[in-house]
Amino acid sequence: MAVEKMSIAKALNESLRKALEQDPKVLIMGEDVGKLGGVFRITDGLQKDFGEERVIDTPLAESGIVGTAIGLALRGYRPVVEIQFDGFVFPAYDQIVTQLAKMHARALGKIKLPVVVRIPYGGAIGAVEHHSESPETLFAHVAGLKVVSPSNATDAYWMLQQAILSDDPVIFFEPKRRYWDKGEVDTEAIPGELHRSRVVREGADLTLAAYGPMVKVCLEAAAAAAEEGKSIEVLDLRSMSPVDFDGIQASVEKTRRLVVVHEAPVFLGVGSEIAARITERCFYHLEAPVLRVGGFHAPYPPARLEDEYLPGLDRVLDAVDRSLAY
Amino acid sequence: MTVESTAARKPRRSSGTKRAAGAASAAKPAAATAQTQDAEPQLVQLLTPQGDRVDNAENAEFAPFVADITTEDLRGLYRDMVMTRRFDGEATALQRQGELGLWASLLGQEAAQIGSGRALNDADYVFPTYREHGVAWCRGVDPTNLLGMFRGVNHGGWDPNTNNFHLYTIVIGSQTLHATGYAMGVAKDGADAAVIAYFGDGASSQGDVMEAFNFSAVYNSPVVFFCQNNQWAISEPTERQMRVPLYQRAQGFGFPGVRVDGNDVLACLAVTRWALDRARRGEGPTLVEAFTYRMGAHTTSDDPTKYRRDEETAAWESKDPIQRLKAHLLATGGADEAFFAELEAESEAMGKRVREAVRAMPDPDTMAIFENVYADGHALVDEERAQFAAYLASFESAEEGH
Repeated sequence: MAVEKMSIAKALNESLRKALEQDPKVLIMGEDVGKLGGVFRITDGLQKDFGEERVIDTPLAESGIVGTAIGLALRGYRPVVEIQFDGFVFPAYDQIVTQLAKMHARALGKIKLPVVVRIPYGGAIGAVEHHSESPETLFAHVAGLKVVSPSNATDAYWMLQQAILSDDPVIFFEPKRRYWDKGEVDTEAIPGELHRSRVVREGADLTLAAYGPMVKVCLEAAAAAAEEGKSIEVLDLRSMSPVDFDGIQASVEKTRRLVVVHEAPVFLGVGSEIAARITERCFYHLEAPVLRVGGFHAPYPPARLEDEYLPGLDRVLDAVDRSLAY
Repeated sequence: MTVESTAARKPRRSSGTKRAAGAASAAKPAAATAQTQDAEPQLVQLLTPQGDRVDNAENAEFAPFVADITTEDLRGLYRDMVMTRRFDGEATALQRQGELGLWASLLGQEAAQIGSGRALNDADYVFPTYREHGVAWCRGVDPTNLLGMFRGVNHGGWDPNTNNFHLYTIVIGSQTLHATGYAMGVAKDGADAAVIAYFGDGASSQGDVMEAFNFSAVYNSPVVFFCQNNQWAISEPTERQMRVPLYQRAQGFGFPGVRVDGNDVLACLAVTRWALDRARRGEGPTLVEAFTYRMGAHTTSDDPTKYRRDEETAAWESKDPIQRLKAHLLATGGADEAFFAELEAESEAMGKRVREAVRAMPDPDTMAIFENVYADGHALVDEERAQFAAYLASFESAEEGH
């Protein structure tokens, strides 16, 4: 049966299973990815079926995990690394930015680094600190890395396949609060391009652009706005490096208004770059400045405050109203 | 913090700098000094500084690993060291002449590099720092390949798989993890090969190096950690990096550590062969501490007279790695003056070839900025390449207009 309803977590698990089956060079590495199946169970059952040599429990050292993954990639393997939580990636940041991102260029293209770094990210799960962050901009800013994030089960399945097949290092951000959201997954469909955005709701008056966990919020906002007679288009960006500026441009040329939404802080975030470039590309089409909705320039707050910190339906609709008021 | 720029050398005599220097000197721990520096350390040695063969209990385990060495092999090791020193000297001169932006000299470390480098098999893999010019020589890497990054025409650029010699790594210690991962792959493949990771005394303070030790121990990976303890991490002596002798750290991670006379090419060859042999037999990692000395500056931007005594350098001069093998060859009749004269001519010719090759090295094409950023391409790189090309072309059309 090619089409099956499954959670994002299950889709990721199935995707990893397929990659392990298809290519003996694919390895899974990380803390607790073996018997436990990872703290979110994304690798559940994989060590049992593929063995400890391919689904590798590592010492608790993120720089070591990514550093050895680089060495394995140089030997011809395709490591898929799991970082347990967003806030735990920084011990590996040096290896990712200084080594992984640049090695292909330093060798003038003579070596390839097909490493995928999976990072569950974002908030709204009531966690303690360092478990709810959205650091995607810090990776999108680095040439040599590709950065993507699925928002639904189908994309979780296919985008992870494509990331593993990529000869470039890919930072794969998983929207952890959506892990248990279910959707139809066609495991035989021909997927779209990894770095293309997708219109997930058509509209005429304004474009809401988001990725990962915020796509669902934007769809809810569009539905609410529709009740007030406003026609909102929702664009799932899917890729933060490269960003599909052509796709955003096409939507904005139609709707003439753009609001970008992410959990990550607004300042110098993906939304800022989109605002700048879309202003350049669509200056004469825009009826309003590009607005951004996101986190604040403050540490991610304690869980009791995260509902206020995270962009929700009302904050998105407020930005929609402000844009439409121009 | 590794390779400082020329600009960083301008003196800054702020009172803050003075205070910091005073505080550092007052805080110098006497115990550590006694432990790591003052006493002559115990080393595995096969040739004394005077060139005499040593047979003792410390080297008994390692000496069999060079039992097969012929006089011709010894002459070969000598040639490798002389050629490497000549190349290194040429590169330093080229920097002084403005042909290179920077050079990191290996002067004084020839025995550690040639001894360990000649211990390797073709199938073994090397992860160097940015100072392993002698190891590169042993791997057959064209010396001029090493100079591109110091001239500023590339960031390395050679194919690591041609000679199983990875790109130079500048950020300190990172490559030890790459070596460990590569060795994990070698073990998975069941290959008859080992991996060697080079690093220095300064790198031993880096977390990545500790993680590499631990990963390799946990996975029993076929890797040799070859530390050239050259006593100085730019201006910081080993007392600022460690309180216990480096080789002893291995014990805490669960694998053997050996300290070898890093200026004794024969001992370095023997100990590295022993360690590689262990790795290939599936006995896991080894730490080799080659006790040596950086006779020159950290790089051509450095000024060692600001932080170390002439007497110290002079004391190490008497342990010179090349002189001791020469003394041995002369005393044993292993080489005659004709050999040395011929080698002198050969090394001069190599120096000339390197000089000419560097001077002829073209600057890269401007658009190389955008090449090889990604293996599978990237829309933003494509867009910026096109925009920049159009910008450059706008000057050409403006000139045509005149």
